[in-house]
Amino acid sequence: MELLSPLVPILIIVIKSGVAIFALVTAFAYAVWIERRVMARMQSRIGPNRAGPFGLLQPLADAVKVLLKEEIIPQDAKVPIYLLAPAVSLVPALLSFAVVPIGPEIEILGQKITLYLADLNVGVLYVFALASVGVYGIVLAGWSSGSKYSFLGALRSSAQMLSYELPLGLSVVGALMLAGTLSLVQLVEAQKNAWFILLQPLGFLIFIVSAVAEVNRAPFDLPEAETELVAGYHTEYTSIKWAFFYMAEYINMIVVSSIAVTLFFGGWQGPFFPPAVWYFLKVAAFIFLFIWLRATLPRLRYDRLMQFGWKILLPLSLVNIIATAAIMVWQG
Amino acid sequence: MPEDYLPILIYFLIAVGFALAGIATSHLLSFLFVRRRAAKDKLIPYESGMLPQGPARRRFHVQFYLVAVLFILFDIEIVFLFPWAVVFRELQILGLIEMGLFILVLFLGLIYVWKKGALEWE
Repeated sequence: MELLSPLVPILIIVIKSGVAIFALVTAFAYAVWIERRVMARMQSRIGPNRAGPFGLLQPLADAVKVLLKEEIIPQDAKVPIYLLAPAVSLVPALLSFAVVPIGPEIEILGQKITLYLADLNVGVLYVFALASVGVYGIVLAGWSSGSKYSFLGALRSSAQMLSYELPLGLSVVGALMLAGTLSLVQLVEAQKNAWFILLQPLGFLIFIVSAVAEVNRAPFDLPEAETELVAGYHTEYTSIKWAFFYMAEYINMIVVSSIAVTLFFGGWQGPFFPPAVWYFLKVAAFIFLFIWLRATLPRLRYDRLMQFGWKILLPLSLVNIIATAAIMVWQG
Repeated sequence: MPEDYLPILIYFLIAVGFALAGIATSHLLSFLFVRRRAAKDKLIPYESGMLPQGPARRRFHVQFYLVAVLFILFDIEIVFLFPWAVVFRELQILGLIEMGLFILVLFLGLIYVWKKGALEWE
């Protein structure tokens, strides 16, 4: 036992990584289920209700179905890239969750366990870097499929994600100035007295609009505009590879909601309930908001989408930074 | 601190393993259990039921290239802003003036790009 003690921290990390991936995949499955149910209700339908009570086993049924689909590799595909692109899309999505704190330290079996994988002093930068890497998966998928719809979808998607990453990155600078740190754990602590949404309402507004565009959700889901591009960059994908793109999209949605909660809504902090419950409730509220937006708003035209990002959100986020700086200096 | 990144490395390896295992499993299951109907037409890229016309990887509009170049310019601006934001409380008025000038220059750049019509899509 004495000999093994240096291995204990490593073992804890391995277990936490496994739990994180399992939790994210489960969260993805049930986010899809909730989306189908809620959207159905909003459109006066019932939604999936056959598999298990309230259709709760529907994600499981979908998983089995997807796993057993016939694999088709289109004739013009560049095979190694075509096969690996879903992984390139999924891995950054999973990785960016590593710095999200879902609670403070807890103690299990005498071991202090932190409810996040890593507390990086460049946490926010790390998340944005991985968001940029995620674009590669989409570009490679679209290019390697050898289909015009995939190619156009990938082009659109990459241009859109790049354009909206700018306001997304700039909108959080105000919150970072108030907290004086890039570490997500310290950002939560900095909001002990006041959530940053109260001090940075404009920053939050820019953040949430850009976030919807960054994760390719409606009304900014131009990359998979089914009325013009069939399914965008994953048109030619089948079976689990197709599912991985969806998984990446939904996990990105969960990560972006987590970042919004951590930066603007006090993270896991809240009265009465345990921290992890507060974190879960806040993220769930954001997921519901994403679903609600999709059921309510029609899709934008592509040129307007790009102009909205560059001509309105980008200048506005710069103004927000200067205004925040000026107020902070004025108040001393 | 390098050791801060050890959990990330371990998590990265597990995540890659998960993704590759998923693709391999599905590949295997597809060969073992799925009745495959070999048909050449099935492998043709989807083009609304028509036979594909010309290659898929064709030339694309220069606008996408412009967006990528502009992104790099402004993304570097963000990289400069992050450390500035972290130490802003210590810099105070000096930091405001310096970064104000920096942002002003880039703002003028944005207006120039705007007036040149690089943000217009036809």
